[in-house]
Amino acid sequence: MKPCAFIYHRPSGLPEALALLAAHAPTGGRVLAGGQSLVPMMAYRMAQPSHLIDINHIATLQGAAMQNGALVIGTTTRHAAFKTGICPGPLGAMLGFVSSHIAHGPIRNRGTFGGSLANADPASEWCLVMVTLGGRVMLQHASGTRMVAAGDFFTGVMATALADDEMLTEAHLPWGQGDQWGFYEISRRAGDYALAMCLVVYRLDNGLMRDVRLGIGGAEATPRRLAAAEAILAGQAPTGPNFIQAADAAAAMLKPMTDHNVTALFRRDLVRAAVRRALHHSLNHE
Amino acid sequence: MTGWVGRPITRFEDDALLRGAGHFTADLPAEAYLRFVRSPVAAGIIDGCIAPDGVMMITDTDLASVPPIKPIIRKFGYVPIAQPVLARGVVRYTGEPVAAVIGQTEEQAEDFADLVSLNITPAPVCVTAEAAMAPGAPVIHPGMADNIVVQTALTTPGYESANAKAAHRVVTKIRSHRQAALPMETRAAHAAFDAATGRVTLTCTAQMPHLMHRAITAMLGMAADELRVIAPDFGQKMSLAAEYVVLVWAALRLRTSIAWVEDRRDNLMASFHARDIAIEVEGAFDNEGRFLALRGDITANVGAYAPYPNTAAVEPLMSFTELPGPYDIGEYSCAARGVITNTCCSAPYRGVARPAITLAMERLLDMAAMQLGMEPAEIRRRNLIRIFPHTTPTGLVYDNAAYVETMEMALLAADVPGFRARQHAARARGVYLGLGMSSFCERTGYGSAAFAARGMDIQPGWEHVDMTLDGDGVVTARIGASPHGQGLRTTLAQIIADAVGVVPANVRVVHGDTDHTPFGWGTFASRSLVISGGASLIAARKIRERLLQQAASYLEAADADIDLRDGYASVTGTDRRVSIAVLAQVHGGFADDGFYDPLGTFSNATHIAMVAVDIETCMVRVERFIVAEDAGRLINPMIVDGQIHGGVAQGIANALLEEVIYDETGNILTISLADFLAPTAHEIPAMTILHRETIADATMTGAKGLGEGGTIGAPAAVLNAINDALAPLKVTINEMPATPARLHAALRGTK
Ligand SMILES: Cc1cc2nc3c(=O)[nH]c(=O)nc-3n(C[C@H](O)[C@H](O)[C@H](O)COP(=O)(O)OP(=O)(O)OC[C@H]3O[C@@H](n4cnc5c(N)ncnc54)[C@H](O)[C@@H]3O)c2cc1C
Repeated sequence: MKPCAFIYHRPSGLPEALALLAAHAPTGGRVLAGGQSLVPMMAYRMAQPSHLIDINHIATLQGAAMQNGALVIGTTTRHAAFKTGICPGPLGAMLGFVSSHIAHGPIRNRGTFGGSLANADPASEWCLVMVTLGGRVMLQHASGTRMVAAGDFFTGVMATALADDEMLTEAHLPWGQGDQWGFYEISRRAGDYALAMCLVVYRLDNGLMRDVRLGIGGAEATPRRLAAAEAILAGQAPTGPNFIQAADAAAAMLKPMTDHNVTALFRRDLVRAAVRRALHHSLNHE
Repeated sequence: MTGWVGRPITRFEDDALLRGAGHFTADLPAEAYLRFVRSPVAAGIIDGCIAPDGVMMITDTDLASVPPIKPIIRKFGYVPIAQPVLARGVVRYTGEPVAAVIGQTEEQAEDFADLVSLNITPAPVCVTAEAAMAPGAPVIHPGMADNIVVQTALTTPGYESANAKAAHRVVTKIRSHRQAALPMETRAAHAAFDAATGRVTLTCTAQMPHLMHRAITAMLGMAADELRVIAPDFGQKMSLAAEYVVLVWAALRLRTSIAWVEDRRDNLMASFHARDIAIEVEGAFDNEGRFLALRGDITANVGAYAPYPNTAAVEPLMSFTELPGPYDIGEYSCAARGVITNTCCSAPYRGVARPAITLAMERLLDMAAMQLGMEPAEIRRRNLIRIFPHTTPTGLVYDNAAYVETMEMALLAADVPGFRARQHAARARGVYLGLGMSSFCERTGYGSAAFAARGMDIQPGWEHVDMTLDGDGVVTARIGASPHGQGLRTTLAQIIADAVGVVPANVRVVHGDTDHTPFGWGTFASRSLVISGGASLIAARKIRERLLQQAASYLEAADADIDLRDGYASVTGTDRRVSIAVLAQVHGGFADDGFYDPLGTFSNATHIAMVAVDIETCMVRVERFIVAEDAGRLINPMIVDGQIHGGVAQGIANALLEEVIYDETGNILTISLADFLAPTAHEIPAMTILHRETIADATMTGAKGLGEGGTIGAPAAVLNAINDALAPLKVTINEMPATPARLHAALRGTK
């Protein structure tokens, strides 16, 4: 469990980093962010990068700020930075709550928002947040920039739209009118990747749910919004029976991932529980 | 008169560890590093193993003169099986070492290992005991008729008639899935050749440095003086690692220092596993719920090879001998077998087979209680042994204890009626709470007679302590046993301090180095405090006698008037005193020794777990845990509590989380800590620990062993609690770990 040899680069500016990536990506060069996924994979030799381009020392890639109704998150913003509210209001509160489900303290101190998106683990909380809120990512390479919608960015289990020589530099997280949110995650141990999780966001209009966004993660190859469940809730009161209907719909439309710990049937039951509990959580954050 | 024994003094061991200043084998620098090339398949014939030019590789061909590891038991139909230190033409489990490559760094050694081309023609595999016992199953070791490596059976003369009288009969099957001990420090070894003396010093993680020394010198044809073993260690290392033999061979051959540190993947894949056991038990009870007879049928999947010194028989034989536990079961009929499979070999791990047999008995009693309409505590009250000494059907003699009283202590602390009320109220809200108990007794501190009864070629048992008192007033105890984190350095110091009359800080315990300690067997089987403590007490008392005489003549008083305490000898009722250091200077120091070989003693405990089962997500939370235990005299209550905390944490993990998983081809799926789930502080509740002290007259110190108890009792308590929680749903689970997937299958009736 010692990594293969690699050459380490520590650029201090983005252009330099992009140039290094352009130069080395064709021969197995990779970005190193928090290292909390990449380094263990290197230790197991599942990843054998020839060059590592460490982006932790590029000051402009860190930190988050509101711009035009969206939270713009620099790629190397640490998970821990979200703990006490990275921005005011319900968005900051929601991100803080969700972040506490990612791994353990030491990992949250190093692991980054952008690294999680680039890593695209099906059970990553940040990937679920991006998809559910309809976020976008900025992808840059030495000669250009593009914005990609989160829903198009995640293409499979640990697979994304990133080209080898592209770097994810920012994530844009829009926050609509709604300020109701709920989140529930089921995992074996505290800090483990989710077996199933659900994030729901909506606004209340005269006691009825509007603009409902309901996403699930950890259950399919990529996080996904569940339109059928959203449709059941839209225009309805946030009540137990409605929540159960939505949860049943979510479970029914699932394309479950399975492994030796979780059968398809079990995954459906987990998703049903996660959806219902996230909806209840949206009413009571105690 | 109060002394040091019984006080919760802080451990001498902790200061360096807490400051991060402890020494580890992997810290030692070496000239060369070794890496093993391991079999990627569970069974097959080796067609070739080729290293690229310039890579130094060791294979079985180089080790042709090294005999295989082949421990022997001369009873129970045991068939000795041989494990070549590197695979000899055939591989028998995924991860078996086939070759070793040598690099200048660990990284380079791993690069070289990746470059070796190993060709194996796969052969049919038996992964489970059922598959290995099926008619026509491939026989894994040549010379064996089938894959059963050991088997034994016993039916007491009165069994049939007692069984026939049963008013109630309860049968259950339990399954303990495979565990790994998961030491924080994996196996590691550093072998350094000294050109001046021609000696090799092997620093390694092992619980039995002297036995490692004996085994390795014999296998490599070395004179005893040519090897020094330094092995202070922690966990999983009771058995000889084939890898260590290769390392010493390489150091001798290359005349250099060479190191090997097992990584986590190799540790989970190819270090020792444990507790892959299935048990069927049938209880015959009278109308009052009293045992008339017990029948057991035990199958242990022991893996591909037999670890030295314990052999592949330890789990089935221990299960067979100790199944009845703390209960008066009347008549007994039991059959047990150990089955060779294409999996990593099984070796003793804290508790050995007892978490499984305790699960079997405790599930049986809970099911019987349910059938008879009794509270679980009541059926235990009626069956726990009350009269001591008690001889079991397999000939074990339980010494003085208070099993019922220990259980009542635990029940009182648990407030069972209060819990039942909460449970009832919670069920109405769809919340499923459960309370489970388990009682067990644990055979500890047993000497050579117990090992002789097993028919082992190697018969551990006694311990020897060499002791000196020098002119600086410091007592040095050189022990053959080997502390491995359980605080032995501190507890021995407390025992010796009282006996000699010094403060514990002035007791030095030297251990884990074959150059500086007398032969001893090491640490295992909850024996060290009992046996090494007894030998220490014997040696210390001899020194005390001579010190008293010396003090009497120095202070011109009668022996009987001398008080030895905390470094001084004084004349009772006067202010005349002299320091023990001065007495030692005058005398030219004192030296003596102690030898102790006890029959053994049984500690006991009752564990109670309270859990909440989420029937939607199938997650189980252990909310409270209570232990009432009786391990005789408490030498250091804080250390006792620490042993129980750690043991219970391992037991809860065994019940809910940890499992080694193979697929049907014998490929192992749990090779990282993302898959083999260790408990964290989040999963382990605060514990309530209560003590009884039935002073053991079977031991020198009055103490009984307790190192394994936490691990033994906790799984059954947790499983019983889950079953109690799910009783209204008529769902039972008798497998551990009771993972969410298994609970889900049980709840959904989809097995
Ligand atoms: C024990 C443990 C538990 C964990 N539990 C969770 C959990 O519950 N939920 C969760 O979401 N995560 C979990 N993680 C993963 C953790 O959140 C990681 O921090 C995260 O997945 C990756 O972020 P990183 O900054 O560490 O990226 P790195 O490990 O540095 O990189 C990950 C991958 O992304 C690429 N990459 C990184 N940044 C960029 C970029 N800007 N542009 C292009 N490519 C990039 C790298 O090349 C690499 O392939 C856990 C990790 C551990 C060790």
